[in-house]
Amino acid sequence: MAARKIKFDWVAATANDLKGGEAVFRRADGSWTRAVAEAELVPGGEAGAALLARAQADHAANRVVEPVLIAVDPTTRRPLSLRERIRADGPTV
Amino acid sequence: MYRYDQFDRSFVAARVAEFRDQVQRRLSGELTEDQFKPLRLMNGVYLQLHAYMLRIAIPYGVLSGRQLRKLAHIGRVYDRSSGHFTTRQNLQFNWVRLADIPDILSELAEVEMHAIQTSGNCIRNVTADHFAGAAADETVDPRPYAELLRQWSSLHPEFTFLPRKFKLAVTGAAVDRAAIQVHDIGLEVKRNERGEIGFAVYVGGGQGRTPMIAKKLRDFLPERDLLAYCEAILRVYNLEGRRDNKYKARIKILVHEKGLEEIAASVEAEFAARPVATANLGEAEIARIAAYFAPPKFASLPARSSVLDAAQAKDSALQRFVARNVSAHKAPGYGVVTVSLKPIGGIPGDATSDQMDALADIAERWSFDELRVSHAQNIVLPHVRLDDLPQVHAALAAAGLATPNDGLVTDIIACPGLDYCALANARSIPVAQEISQRFADLDRQNAIGELKLKISGCINACGHHHVGHIGILGVDRQGEEFYQITLGGAEGADCAIGELVGPGFAADKITDAVETLVETYLKLRRDPGERFLDAYRRVGLGPFQEALYADA
Amino acid sequence: MPTLETELYRGGRFVADDAVYVADGEPLPANALALVSKKRYLAEREVLDAWQGRLGLALETADTLDGLEGTLDRFATIVLRFARYADGRPYSLAHRLRHRLGYRGELRAAGDVLQDQIVFMLRGGFDALEIAHAGTRAALRANRIVVVPTRGTAPVVQSLAAAE
Repeated sequence: MAARKIKFDWVAATANDLKGGEAVFRRADGSWTRAVAEAELVPGGEAGAALLARAQADHAANRVVEPVLIAVDPTTRRPLSLRERIRADGPTV
Repeated sequence: MYRYDQFDRSFVAARVAEFRDQVQRRLSGELTEDQFKPLRLMNGVYLQLHAYMLRIAIPYGVLSGRQLRKLAHIGRVYDRSSGHFTTRQNLQFNWVRLADIPDILSELAEVEMHAIQTSGNCIRNVTADHFAGAAADETVDPRPYAELLRQWSSLHPEFTFLPRKFKLAVTGAAVDRAAIQVHDIGLEVKRNERGEIGFAVYVGGGQGRTPMIAKKLRDFLPERDLLAYCEAILRVYNLEGRRDNKYKARIKILVHEKGLEEIAASVEAEFAARPVATANLGEAEIARIAAYFAPPKFASLPARSSVLDAAQAKDSALQRFVARNVSAHKAPGYGVVTVSLKPIGGIPGDATSDQMDALADIAERWSFDELRVSHAQNIVLPHVRLDDLPQVHAALAAAGLATPNDGLVTDIIACPGLDYCALANARSIPVAQEISQRFADLDRQNAIGELKLKISGCINACGHHHVGHIGILGVDRQGEEFYQITLGGAEGADCAIGELVGPGFAADKITDAVETLVETYLKLRRDPGERFLDAYRRVGLGPFQEALYADA
Repeated sequence: MPTLETELYRGGRFVADDAVYVADGEPLPANALALVSKKRYLAEREVLDAWQGRLGLALETADTLDGLEGTLDRFATIVLRFARYADGRPYSLAHRLRHRLGYRGELRAAGDVLQDQIVFMLRGGFDALEIAHAGTRAALRANRIVVVPTRGTAPVVQSLAAAE
């Protein structure tokens, strides 16, 4: 299936805000936003690893909690997995 | 109900101060997430998909009006004006901020509540029959024993870092509304032929990825030995339970791998070696705790209420409600009212702050200020005069709480699922909502009769799908939500684990599949008195499989 | 030899400690409290029981008490090591040592002994804590340990709540 194939082509870094707990996404300038569309997108692989390292530094600095990379469609800027779309948009109910 | 003594008050106050300190150390960066996570979990704070979630303990599901009003207030101030009642008789707030949680805990302490031991590998909130002290079929009120267990297990120094979480349930009625056989320890309080009180002790039941029905260790453990015997079980488990694999760490696996005989021998040896000084529960202590649960002063009333009969004759909605949601009370002229938190198309277990306030008012006015949370995610008004039922029904209806579906197909248990939960693989709530809407017609629901439908969004089984007459388990199949169906589960005295019916169904086909199962049942049942579960037990999976997969 | 710098907390304060972990096969020290493994003790029991120096038993988290029945008065201390604080087996070993085996001597917690668990340890029958974690030592020195009371036992360390 197409979604599987491009799964790790483009990635963004996501985490939860330390104080509030809300899902947040890392911008290119190093700030964190609740809008996934504003997240820095990088190709997976080395660039992804570098982005994750920057996000983990924010975790170590106690700004966010448990950062991970998620796959994002670069055209729509929407997460590929249902779980991550729900994290980005809020509950479906 | 139980009221905090000086000890409880200082215990909870100290705990709030401790957690406030820990949150400050976390926010200041002194504690890392790795260090803080186990501490927040011990205080019921999870990090879910969208926010922190606070799980508040409601010991054995018992609430006063004042407590429920406080929960309504917390919902308004710190959450989105609602709360979610869970299958462990607890309440979860899904949208709280970490920085606010110490204040929330302080507010809870004002009404003798807390969030301790609602997570972590410790002894969790003790659950009990939600009709305790009220049901006509009750032998012994289980609440004093649940309270003794609560006190004993609260921050027990030896049992706070177990291999895995540990759940106890107590029933005092043979029908078992507390699902004791799917708990780590299940206790049935009963009387022997001499009238003495004792316990049937079950061990090693549970759901999750390896569902097991508990095995009986003792048929009649004397009342005085309750805590010493539970302590013996916990010590054996703490030392011998597996710690190499989280998924094999529950006591059910230990019992399964070692066998009942070996476990029983270890427990009995530990029990026999108990220190004499602390072993027995004194009669005075039992009586002291039991006094908190003395029955309210019931009026002397006839068994039938002419007021209610007359009102029902004029009001078909009331009649439906009474027929479905009112159960027999031990005192003549009273009834046990189940308030459904399952409106058609609603989120199972959710109540708004306004609804909680309304329930608190109703309980104070008409139910001796008592409420219960049931593991079916409903609220119980345990002591309502039949004469008052027309007014109670009207007050519930005004708050949107008069859905007459207790035990029917739309009284669905569902976990929060992928809409909220970080562990889930699939959504549960939308499935429950669609099924509820499909079966919205009350005549049809009543024609179907008792049918317990339970939905879990992952194998951890918080939605209790293993013991649903129809169980639905959400799974992730290559990025798509898929739903497996089990049939024939049951949670009471006739406890059974449901059987997988066959391949799963896509999200847009699962409601059709449930409808097919129901229609198949309606065609093959002998008479309307044969419930779905009875019919399934008579005919097995075959006819249901044929109907579901006929076109495959 | 302990690989981490540790301090011993006993009776509400830090105290001097001359305990030495002696690896299996190594000679026992003349002027120190010698801590030996269960394996070594059971293997060299006669020699060790006859030895005139001070002897302690160092149990690992996964050790059982099998074979130790009736021997415990020999030890000046028994150390129970917490491999990880979340592995609570030493709490139940402590209970069995006290109540099934009748041990009356010192029980010492070692390993992953941290600020937020030491209250359980002190309440669970441990008399002494061997602490490596610097933050925990600082918290104890500053009385920054909150004690949540338990029915029937007195507070063991000064409480933040009580101090307010």
